[in-house]
Amino acid sequence: MKTFDYVRAASPEEAAELFAARPGARYLGGGTNLVDLMKLGVEQPDALVDVSRLPLDEVEELPDGSLRVGATVRNSDLAAHPAVRERYPVLSQALLAGASGQLRNAATTGGNLLQRTRCPYFQDISKPCNKRAPGSGCGAREGVHRDHAVLGHSPHCIATHPSDMAVALAALDARVELYGTEGARSVPVADFVRLPGEHPERDTEIAPGELVTGVLLPAAGAGLPSAYRKARDRASYAFALASVAVVLRVTDGVVDQAGIAFGALAHRPWRARRAEQALLGAAPTQAAFEHAVDLELSAAEPLRDNAYKVPLARSLAVDVLTRLARAAGA
Amino acid sequence: MSGSNDPGSTCSETTLTVNGKPHTLLVDHRRVLLDVLREDLELWGARKGCDHGQCGACTVLVDGRRVNSCLLLAVALDGSEVRTVEGLAGDGEDLHPLQQAFLDRDAFQCGYCTPGQLCSALGMLDEAAAGHPSRVTTDVPAGRPVPLDRDEIRERLSGNLCRCGAYPRIVDAVEDVIP
Ligand SMILES: Cc1cc2nc3c(=O)[nH]c(=O)nc-3n(C[C@H](O)[C@H](O)[C@H](O)COP(=O)(O)OP(=O)(O)OC[C@H]3O[C@@H](n4cnc5c(N)ncnc54)[C@H](O)[C@@H]3O)c2cc1C
Ligand code: SF4
Ligand code: FES
Ligand code: FES
Repeated sequence: MKTFDYVRAASPEEAAELFAARPGARYLGGGTNLVDLMKLGVEQPDALVDVSRLPLDEVEELPDGSLRVGATVRNSDLAAHPAVRERYPVLSQALLAGASGQLRNAATTGGNLLQRTRCPYFQDISKPCNKRAPGSGCGAREGVHRDHAVLGHSPHCIATHPSDMAVALAALDARVELYGTEGARSVPVADFVRLPGEHPERDTEIAPGELVTGVLLPAAGAGLPSAYRKARDRASYAFALASVAVVLRVTDGVVDQAGIAFGALAHRPWRARRAEQALLGAAPTQAAFEHAVDLELSAAEPLRDNAYKVPLARSLAVDVLTRLARAAGA
Repeated sequence: MSGSNDPGSTCSETTLTVNGKPHTLLVDHRRVLLDVLREDLELWGARKGCDHGQCGACTVLVDGRRVNSCLLLAVALDGSEVRTVEGLAGDGEDLHPLQQAFLDRDAFQCGYCTPGQLCSALGMLDEAAAGHPSRVTTDVPAGRPVPLDRDEIRERLSGNLCRCGAYPRIVDAVEDVIP
């Protein structure tokens, strides 16, 4: 690992200034992804601006019923927070399905959202990878790609976004709050994480030096039946092969609100808008769920070794939808 | 702001209280807590298994919370309290009750993973008592202590691999110390 400068910021404003004054800087959250990638030589920062102790460690209930999660709230504390457990169970479940107790104690909300792909070619600097070294090619496309994308991939990159938390955030219509020297803005999580297109080196819409300050959970999803389900190679402590987050409201025997997002199928948490559209106004039956999910997954373009993901994601989604509908008394 | 004032510096003075004893060290920014513990402070209990957060052998408690010391930059922990397996027993001859339970239950074979298992289990017991749920928790109201059955213990200790497969006895030992 090469040497680097280290500074700890006391406020978001100071963090952005310290970052701007240091070419080649990276923000440091819990470090559970960044330090790993520095050991592998994938990340080679000249400076770290430590934002892990910024006073953004609160979960705040806003007057309009929404919930603001600070960027430095640790994954374990967020999963345990009473307001999250009671009002957004899908988020608590997604967090608890990820990583291990130790990692969740260190990992921050901001860092989780911005964690890099687990594609083995991305992590191995001796291999070609358009995301790490633009123009070098994609090692995974003809290589080992059992864990890779089936939706929204491009000839340049077939990687998936590894976060479980982000899948729940996408289903909940959460927004990422950003702060930079140009000011503050907010972007829906589902659009914040990008599709690879011709620029797989850009994971998200974040601008250089911009800081994630928090995540906003809208009141609209609060208290609705919601759940997360994840399939993986072992029962715990492994990334998803496919996962689904669902928020569902059934009123008078018909679905009148649905948020469905898939994990591990694409370069971003995949918001299943076609399936949601198909469900609105429909009776919450297994047949309706199967039809809606099939509509969504008909866009899948599996690769040589990952076609199994399509039926896997289908059964996860239909199962969660059916369970939630039952819980809603339908 | 704290850390280095002159951009381009590569080391910072860092204070860590380890098992109750303060240490002020000039730390190369690249050093993770695990390396400081093992190489600078000669505390060899925390193990370097994978060095990538994948095995839990390096687990220690920082400010009372269990973490993977292989992924934490030491400089970022300035001012923290660290507890390692060496700090679990009291000053006398007595082992910590969990250490004694591991002996009584024969909860290890080679012992490589044991320091991490012990620190992880201690952190986990506090988390459950503080009402932190796990993936398998059902029907426990938010904020209430979570009762630990074997499934809960297994899930909560899934971040600690044991290549000898001592898992059933590790669960036995942890069950012995549940208050
Ligand atoms: C063995 C292992 C298993 C794992 N399993 C899972 C799993 O099953 N599911 C899952 O979802 N995750 C899993 N993870 C990943 C883990 O969730 C992430 O490493 C963690 O969430 C990253 O958070 P962090 O705070 O440590 O980020 P860091 O490592 O500190 O940062 C990650 C990135 O975000 C940037 N960053 C951090 N904070 C900010 C901010 N506030 N503003 C702007 N940029 C910022 C950093 O510059 C860096 O690029 C696993 C990790 C390991 C090592
Ligand atoms: S899938 Fe993306 S991250 Fe993986 S090798 Fe190809 S370009 Fe790199
Ligand atoms: S050595 Fe830290 S998790 Fe394996
Ligand atoms: S006792 Fe040998 S690795 Fe656990």
